[in-house]
Amino acid sequence: MKFGILVQEGPYNHQASDSAYNFIQAALEKGHEITGVFFYNDGVINTTKLMDIPADDRHISKRWSDLGAKGIQLIVCVAAAKRRGINPDVLIENARIDGLGQLSELCIESDRLITFGD
Amino acid sequence: MLHIVNKSPFKYRNLDTCVRVSEKEDPIILIEDGVYAALKGSSIEGLMKKTLEDHPVFAIRADLKARGIDEVLDGIEVCDYSCFVDMVEKHIPYSWL
Repeated sequence: MKFGILVQEGPYNHQASDSAYNFIQAALEKGHEITGVFFYNDGVINTTKLMDIPADDRHISKRWSDLGAKGIQLIVCVAAAKRRGINPDVLIENARIDGLGQLSELCIESDRLITFGD
Repeated sequence: MLHIVNKSPFKYRNLDTCVRVSEKEDPIILIEDGVYAALKGSSIEGLMKKTLEDHPVFAIRADLKARGIDEVLDGIEVCDYSCFVDMVEKHIPYSWL
């Protein structure tokens, strides 16, 4: 089945990003397809490569980037990103900044859209 | 429809509202702080017991463990992310954010 994922909260201060990631891993293990991950509102903060994380903690933005390297599209809302200082200079590899219309596309392409937020 | 509840019932009314408007037999999955609803002997035990009469209720194992909840109310099924995925496959999900 095709799953689209919407992440609306930033990393480390809320569990949404971790829950979304765990859900995606479980879905991939079961052979499902992830059509894409859309980062909206504070969720865009997941996609900055400026994160400097202690070695004993999970590196959330790297984790997303690695997922993107597997071919899963990571879409960052342009309006939300602009407001939070996320621009192409600080964006992680394998993600792209795009419009809200891409969220509609994700909904159309997917059998399910699962929202993780606060 | 699959109802995903991620809020503590001791702080928010999401679970309460979810139970009120959901259809009989709709499954409810407790994730993140939502798993506090699975606590034994709490002030919402009555609501949960009533909920369990009409709905299958699940709680994510890792989220229970992260919050030190070893024992859950009878009838609540402890499950991992793999069963969460299965349920989303079976039902249209709705997140009670």
